[in-house]
Amino acid sequence: MNIAVAVDDVRREALPSASEAGPAPKRIVVAYGFWIFLLSDIVMFSALFAAYAVLVRATAGVPAGAQLFNQVSVAIETACLLVSTYTCGMMSLAVNARRRAATYFFAVVTFVLGAAFLYLEVREFADMIARGATPQRSAFLSAFFTLVGCHGLHVAAGLAWLAVMMAQVAVRGFRASVERRLLCFALFWHALDIVWVWLFTVVYLMGVRP
Amino acid sequence: MTDARYDRAPGDISISAEAKERTLSDVGIYTIGLALAVILTATSFWVANTSLLWAPGIPLGLVVLAIAQMGVHLVFFLHITTGPDNTNNVLALAFGVLIVTIVVAGSLWIMTNLNDNMMLPAKLMNLHMQH
Repeated sequence: MNIAVAVDDVRREALPSASEAGPAPKRIVVAYGFWIFLLSDIVMFSALFAAYAVLVRATAGVPAGAQLFNQVSVAIETACLLVSTYTCGMMSLAVNARRRAATYFFAVVTFVLGAAFLYLEVREFADMIARGATPQRSAFLSAFFTLVGCHGLHVAAGLAWLAVMMAQVAVRGFRASVERRLLCFALFWHALDIVWVWLFTVVYLMGVRP
Repeated sequence: MTDARYDRAPGDISISAEAKERTLSDVGIYTIGLALAVILTATSFWVANTSLLWAPGIPLGLVVLAIAQMGVHLVFFLHITTGPDNTNNVLALAFGVLIVTIVVAGSLWIMTNLNDNMMLPAKLMNLHMQH
Protein backbone atom coordinates (compact mmCIF):
# COMPACT_ATOMS: atom_id res chain seq x y z
CA MET A 1 0.00 0.00 0.00
CA ASN A 2 2.72 2.43 0.99
CA ILE A 3 4.76 1.50 -2.03
CA ALA A 4 1.83 2.18 -4.33
CA VAL A 5 1.38 5.65 -2.82
CA ALA A 6 5.09 6.37 -3.20
CA VAL A 7 5.06 5.40 -6.87
CA ASP A 8 2.01 7.56 -7.44
CA ASP A 9 3.80 10.52 -5.86
CA VAL A 10 6.78 10.16 -8.15
CA ARG A 11 4.53 10.27 -11.20
CA ARG A 12 2.81 13.36 -9.92
CA GLU A 13 6.08 15.15 -9.35
CA ALA A 14 7.12 14.48 -12.90
CA LEU A 15 4.17 16.52 -14.12
CA PRO A 16 4.41 20.28 -13.53
CA SER A 17 1.22 21.87 -12.25
CA ALA A 18 -0.80 24.08 -14.57
CA SER A 19 0.59 27.28 -13.07
CA GLU A 20 4.19 26.11 -13.53
CA ALA A 21 3.66 24.92 -17.06
CA GLY A 22 3.32 28.41 -18.54
CA PRO A 23 0.42 29.79 -20.55
CA ALA A 24 -2.31 27.30 -21.44
CA PRO A 25 -2.96 26.45 -25.08
CA LYS A 26 -5.15 28.93 -26.94
CA ARG A 27 -7.98 26.41 -27.30
CA ILE A 28 -8.37 26.24 -23.51
CA VAL A 29 -8.10 30.02 -23.03
CA VAL A 30 -10.66 30.73 -25.77
CA ALA A 31 -13.14 28.12 -24.57
CA TYR A 32 -12.81 29.32 -20.96
CA GLY A 33 -13.39 32.94 -22.02
CA PHE A 34 -16.45 31.90 -23.97
CA TRP A 35 -17.67 29.92 -20.95
CA ILE A 36 -17.47 33.15 -18.89
CA PHE A 37 -19.43 34.98 -21.61
CA LEU A 38 -22.11 32.27 -21.60
CA LEU A 39 -22.47 32.51 -17.83
CA SER A 40 -22.87 36.29 -18.06
CA ASP A 41 -25.46 35.74 -20.80
CA ILE A 42 -27.30 33.39 -18.45
CA VAL A 43 -27.15 36.07 -15.72
CA MET A 44 -28.88 38.42 -18.21
CA PHE A 45 -31.54 35.77 -18.82
CA SER A 46 -31.99 35.43 -15.04
CA ALA A 47 -32.96 39.13 -14.88
CA LEU A 48 -35.56 38.55 -17.60
CA PHE A 49 -36.81 35.46 -15.76
CA ALA A 50 -37.09 37.48 -12.54
CA ALA A 51 -39.06 40.21 -14.37
CA TYR A 52 -41.38 37.58 -15.84
CA ALA A 53 -41.92 35.86 -12.49
CA VAL A 54 -42.76 39.20 -10.83
CA LEU A 55 -45.14 40.30 -13.61
CA VAL A 56 -46.82 36.98 -14.37
CA ARG A 57 -50.04 37.99 -12.52
CA ALA A 58 -50.16 41.52 -14.03
CA THR A 59 -52.38 40.51 -16.94
CA ALA A 60 -54.54 43.70 -17.02
CA GLY A 61 -57.66 41.71 -17.85
CA VAL A 62 -56.15 40.17 -21.00
CA PRO A 63 -56.15 36.34 -21.26
CA ALA A 64 -53.21 34.90 -19.31
CA GLY A 65 -50.93 32.05 -20.29
CA ALA A 66 -53.44 29.28 -19.66
CA GLN A 67 -55.62 30.49 -22.56
CA LEU A 68 -52.77 31.49 -24.87
CA PHE A 69 -50.22 28.68 -24.74
CA ASN A 70 -50.43 25.59 -26.91
CA GLN A 71 -48.70 22.74 -25.09
CA VAL A 72 -48.44 20.49 -28.16
CA SER A 73 -46.54 23.20 -30.02
CA VAL A 74 -44.26 23.73 -26.99
CA ALA A 75 -43.58 19.98 -26.75
CA ILE A 76 -42.57 19.85 -30.43
CA GLU A 77 -40.33 22.93 -29.98
CA THR A 78 -38.70 21.27 -26.95
CA ALA A 79 -38.10 18.05 -28.90
CA CYS A 80 -36.57 19.99 -31.83
CA LEU A 81 -34.14 21.86 -29.59
CA LEU A 82 -33.19 18.82 -27.52
CA VAL A 83 -32.44 16.63 -30.57
CA SER A 84 -30.55 19.52 -32.19
CA THR A 85 -28.37 19.73 -29.07
CA TYR A 86 -27.64 16.01 -29.46
CA THR A 87 -26.76 16.35 -33.15
CA CYS A 88 -24.60 19.37 -32.27
CA GLY A 89 -22.68 17.08 -29.89
CA MET A 90 -22.33 14.54 -32.70
CA MET A 91 -20.99 17.34 -34.88
CA SER A 92 -18.35 18.16 -32.22
CA LEU A 93 -17.24 14.51 -32.23
CA ALA A 94 -17.08 14.52 -36.04
CA VAL A 95 -14.95 17.70 -35.91
CA ASN A 96 -12.59 16.12 -33.35
CA ALA A 97 -12.23 13.07 -35.62
CA ARG A 98 -11.70 15.38 -38.66
CA ARG A 99 -14.55 13.71 -40.52
CA ARG A 100 -15.79 16.31 -42.96
CA ALA A 101 -18.87 14.52 -44.37
CA ALA A 102 -20.19 13.67 -40.90
CA THR A 103 -19.58 17.28 -39.78
CA TYR A 104 -21.66 18.64 -42.66
CA PHE A 105 -24.40 16.05 -42.10
CA PHE A 106 -24.83 16.78 -38.39
CA ALA A 107 -24.53 20.54 -38.97
CA VAL A 108 -27.39 20.38 -41.50
CA VAL A 109 -29.55 18.32 -39.11
CA THR A 110 -28.80 20.79 -36.28
CA PHE A 111 -29.63 23.72 -38.53
CA VAL A 112 -32.91 22.23 -39.78
CA LEU A 113 -34.08 21.38 -36.23
CA GLY A 114 -33.11 24.86 -34.97
CA ALA A 115 -34.95 26.46 -37.90
CA ALA A 116 -38.02 24.30 -37.19
CA PHE A 117 -37.94 25.49 -33.56
CA LEU A 118 -37.73 29.10 -34.68
CA TYR A 119 -40.56 28.64 -37.21
CA LEU A 120 -42.87 27.18 -34.55
CA GLU A 121 -42.02 29.99 -32.14
CA VAL A 122 -42.62 32.74 -34.70
CA ARG A 123 -45.93 31.09 -35.66
CA GLU A 124 -46.92 30.99 -31.98
CA PHE A 125 -46.06 34.70 -31.59
CA ALA A 126 -48.01 35.60 -34.74
CA ASP A 127 -50.99 33.59 -33.50
CA MET A 128 -50.94 35.37 -30.12
CA ILE A 129 -50.66 38.82 -31.73
CA ALA A 130 -53.53 37.98 -34.11
CA ARG A 131 -55.68 37.23 -31.04
CA GLY A 132 -54.90 40.66 -29.55
CA ALA A 133 -52.22 39.50 -27.08
CA THR A 134 -49.57 41.99 -28.20
CA PRO A 135 -46.49 42.92 -26.13
CA GLN A 136 -47.89 46.38 -25.26
CA ARG A 137 -51.22 44.98 -24.01
CA SER A 138 -50.13 44.00 -20.48
CA ALA A 139 -47.05 43.79 -18.25
CA PHE A 140 -47.30 40.00 -18.34
CA LEU A 141 -47.22 39.97 -22.15
CA SER A 142 -44.32 42.47 -22.26
CA ALA A 143 -42.28 40.21 -19.99
CA PHE A 144 -43.31 37.11 -21.93
CA PHE A 145 -42.32 38.46 -25.35
CA THR A 146 -39.04 39.89 -23.99
CA LEU A 147 -38.01 36.65 -22.32
CA VAL A 148 -39.07 34.15 -25.00
CA GLY A 149 -38.16 36.54 -27.84
CA CYS A 150 -34.67 37.04 -26.42
CA HIS A 151 -34.13 33.28 -26.42
CA GLY A 152 -35.49 33.14 -29.97
CA LEU A 153 -33.03 35.84 -31.05
CA HIS A 154 -30.19 33.80 -29.55
CA VAL A 155 -31.33 30.75 -31.54
CA ALA A 156 -31.50 32.86 -34.73
CA ALA A 157 -27.97 34.17 -34.06
CA GLY A 158 -26.82 30.58 -33.46
CA LEU A 159 -28.25 29.48 -36.81
CA ALA A 160 -26.41 32.30 -38.61
CA TRP A 161 -23.21 31.38 -36.74
CA LEU A 162 -23.59 27.70 -37.73
CA ALA A 163 -24.02 28.65 -41.40
CA VAL A 164 -20.88 30.83 -41.25
CA MET A 165 -18.92 28.01 -39.55
CA MET A 166 -19.87 25.53 -42.28
CA ALA A 167 -18.67 28.02 -44.90
CA GLN A 168 -15.38 28.32 -42.97
CA VAL A 169 -14.98 24.53 -42.81
CA ALA A 170 -15.64 24.35 -46.55
CA VAL A 171 -13.16 27.10 -47.44
CA ARG A 172 -10.45 26.77 -44.78
CA GLY A 173 -10.84 23.18 -43.59
CA PHE A 174 -10.21 22.02 -40.02
CA ARG A 175 -7.53 24.50 -39.01
CA ALA A 176 -7.02 25.41 -35.35
CA SER A 177 -8.91 28.74 -35.49
CA VAL A 178 -11.94 27.10 -37.12
CA GLU A 179 -11.91 24.28 -34.55
CA ARG A 180 -11.88 26.81 -31.68
CA ARG A 181 -14.89 28.58 -33.13
CA LEU A 182 -16.73 25.28 -33.58
CA LEU A 183 -16.03 24.44 -29.93
CA CYS A 184 -17.47 27.82 -28.88
CA PHE A 185 -20.51 27.28 -31.11
CA ALA A 186 -21.18 23.89 -29.49
CA LEU A 187 -20.96 25.51 -26.02
CA PHE A 188 -23.36 28.25 -27.14
CA TRP A 189 -25.88 25.77 -28.56
CA HIS A 190 -25.85 23.55 -25.45
CA ALA A 191 -26.26 26.62 -23.19
CA LEU A 192 -29.29 27.75 -25.23
CA ASP A 193 -30.92 24.41 -24.53
CA ILE A 194 -30.32 24.84 -20.78
CA VAL A 195 -32.09 28.23 -20.98
CA TRP A 196 -34.96 26.58 -22.88
CA VAL A 197 -35.33 23.95 -20.11
CA TRP A 198 -36.09 26.78 -17.68
CA LEU A 199 -38.26 28.56 -20.25
CA PHE A 200 -40.62 25.67 -20.88
CA THR A 201 -40.72 24.86 -17.16
CA VAL A 202 -41.33 28.36 -15.80
CA VAL A 203 -43.27 29.99 -18.65
CA TYR A 204 -45.23 27.21 -20.33
CA LEU A 205 -45.70 24.36 -17.84
CA MET A 206 -46.25 26.55 -14.77
CA GLY A 207 -48.17 29.05 -16.94
CA VAL A 208 -50.83 26.59 -18.11
CA ARG A 209 -51.79 25.72 -14.54
CA PRO A 210 -54.78 27.75 -13.38
CA MET B 1 1.33 11.26 -21.96
CA THR B 2 1.09 15.03 -22.00
CA ASP B 3 4.09 16.97 -20.68
CA ALA B 4 2.00 19.46 -18.74
CA ARG B 5 -1.12 19.41 -16.65
CA TYR B 6 -3.51 21.95 -18.11
CA ASP B 7 -7.10 22.71 -17.37
CA ARG B 8 -9.61 21.21 -19.72
CA ALA B 9 -11.56 23.48 -22.03
CA PRO B 10 -15.28 23.54 -21.20
CA GLY B 11 -17.14 21.38 -23.71
CA ASP B 12 -14.13 19.16 -24.40
CA ILE B 13 -14.39 15.46 -23.71
CA SER B 14 -11.52 14.21 -21.54
CA ILE B 15 -8.60 12.87 -23.54
CA SER B 16 -6.53 11.81 -20.53
CA ALA B 17 -5.13 8.31 -20.08
CA GLU B 18 -7.82 7.09 -17.70
CA ALA B 19 -10.53 8.29 -20.08
CA LYS B 20 -9.20 5.91 -22.73
CA GLU B 21 -9.93 2.99 -20.41
CA ARG B 22 -13.57 3.81 -19.81
CA THR B 23 -16.12 1.47 -21.29
CA LEU B 24 -18.39 4.14 -22.77
CA SER B 25 -17.70 5.66 -26.17
CA ASP B 26 -18.06 9.41 -26.73
CA VAL B 27 -21.26 8.82 -28.70
CA GLY B 28 -22.53 6.76 -25.76
CA ILE B 29 -22.09 9.71 -23.38
CA TYR B 30 -24.19 12.01 -25.56
CA THR B 31 -26.79 9.27 -26.10
CA ILE B 32 -27.19 8.66 -22.35
CA GLY B 33 -27.55 12.43 -21.89
CA LEU B 34 -30.25 12.59 -24.57
CA ALA B 35 -32.12 9.62 -23.06
CA LEU B 36 -32.05 11.16 -19.55
CA ALA B 37 -33.10 14.58 -20.89
CA VAL B 38 -36.02 13.03 -22.81
CA ILE B 39 -37.18 11.14 -19.70
CA LEU B 40 -36.97 14.28 -17.53
CA THR B 41 -38.75 16.45 -20.14
CA ALA B 42 -41.52 13.89 -20.59
CA THR B 43 -41.91 13.70 -16.80
CA SER B 44 -42.16 17.51 -16.61
CA PHE B 45 -44.95 17.61 -19.21
CA TRP B 46 -46.75 14.73 -17.44
CA VAL B 47 -46.44 16.38 -14.02
CA ALA B 48 -47.84 19.66 -15.36
CA ASN B 49 -50.91 17.98 -16.83
CA THR B 50 -51.77 15.20 -14.40
CA SER B 51 -54.43 15.42 -11.75
CA LEU B 52 -52.95 12.54 -9.74
CA LEU B 53 -50.48 14.71 -7.83
CA TRP B 54 -51.04 17.19 -5.02
CA ALA B 55 -51.58 20.44 -6.95
CA PRO B 56 -49.71 22.93 -4.68
CA GLY B 57 -46.57 20.78 -4.86
CA ILE B 58 -46.43 20.71 -8.66
CA PRO B 59 -44.46 23.98 -9.21
CA LEU B 60 -41.79 22.76 -6.78
CA GLY B 61 -41.68 19.40 -8.55
CA LEU B 62 -41.25 21.13 -11.92
CA VAL B 63 -38.36 23.21 -10.55
CA VAL B 64 -36.67 20.06 -9.21
CA LEU B 65 -37.06 18.36 -12.59
CA ALA B 66 -35.60 21.44 -14.36
CA ILE B 67 -32.59 21.49 -12.01
CA ALA B 68 -32.05 17.76 -12.66
CA GLN B 69 -32.20 18.30 -16.41
CA MET B 70 -29.78 21.23 -16.15
CA GLY B 71 -27.38 18.87 -14.36
CA VAL B 72 -27.78 16.26 -17.10
CA HIS B 73 -26.99 18.88 -19.76
CA LEU B 74 -23.93 20.15 -17.87
CA VAL B 75 -22.49 16.66 -17.32
CA PHE B 76 -23.33 14.84 -20.56
CA PHE B 77 -23.32 17.68 -23.14
CA LEU B 78 -20.96 20.30 -21.68
CA HIS B 79 -18.74 17.64 -20.00
CA ILE B 80 -18.33 19.57 -16.76
CA THR B 81 -16.76 17.14 -14.27
CA THR B 82 -15.38 17.24 -10.75
CA GLY B 83 -11.87 16.44 -11.98
CA PRO B 84 -8.89 18.64 -11.08
CA ASP B 85 -8.59 19.81 -14.70
CA ASN B 86 -12.11 21.25 -14.47
CA THR B 87 -11.80 23.33 -11.28
CA ASN B 88 -11.82 26.70 -13.07
CA ASN B 89 -14.87 25.77 -15.16
CA VAL B 90 -16.77 24.60 -12.07
CA LEU B 91 -15.83 27.72 -10.08
CA ALA B 92 -17.04 30.02 -12.87
CA LEU B 93 -20.26 27.99 -13.07
CA ALA B 94 -20.73 28.17 -9.29
CA PHE B 95 -20.35 31.95 -9.40
CA GLY B 96 -22.89 32.16 -12.24
CA VAL B 97 -25.37 30.02 -10.31
CA LEU B 98 -24.87 32.22 -7.22
CA ILE B 99 -25.67 35.42 -9.14
CA VAL B 100 -28.66 33.84 -10.91
CA THR B 101 -30.05 32.62 -7.58
CA ILE B 102 -29.60 36.04 -5.95
CA VAL B 103 -31.24 37.87 -8.89
CA VAL B 104 -34.25 35.56 -9.21
CA ALA B 105 -34.89 34.73 -5.55
CA GLY B 106 -34.12 38.29 -4.43
CA SER B 107 -36.49 39.85 -6.99
CA LEU B 108 -39.31 37.50 -6.07
CA TRP B 109 -38.76 38.00 -2.34
CA ILE B 110 -38.65 41.80 -2.52
CA MET B 111 -41.60 42.13 -4.88
CA THR B 112 -43.78 39.75 -2.85
CA ASN B 113 -42.93 41.69 0.28
CA LEU B 114 -43.69 44.98 -1.47
CA ASN B 115 -47.05 43.71 -2.76
CA ASP B 116 -48.01 42.54 0.73
CA ASN B 117 -47.14 45.90 2.27
CA MET B 118 -48.93 47.92 -0.41
CA MET B 119 -52.13 45.97 0.18
CA LEU B 120 -53.94 47.96 2.86
CA PRO B 121 -56.38 46.12 5.12
CA ALA B 122 -59.99 46.47 3.93
CA LYS B 123 -61.03 48.68 6.86
CA LEU B 124 -58.17 51.11 6.34
CA MET B 125 -58.75 51.08 2.58
CA ASN B 126 -62.39 52.16 3.05
CA LEU B 127 -61.31 54.98 5.35
CA HIS B 128 -58.76 55.99 2.78
CA MET B 129 -61.35 56.12 0.01
CA GLN B 130 -63.75 58.36 1.94
CA HIS B 131 -61.30 61.25 2.10
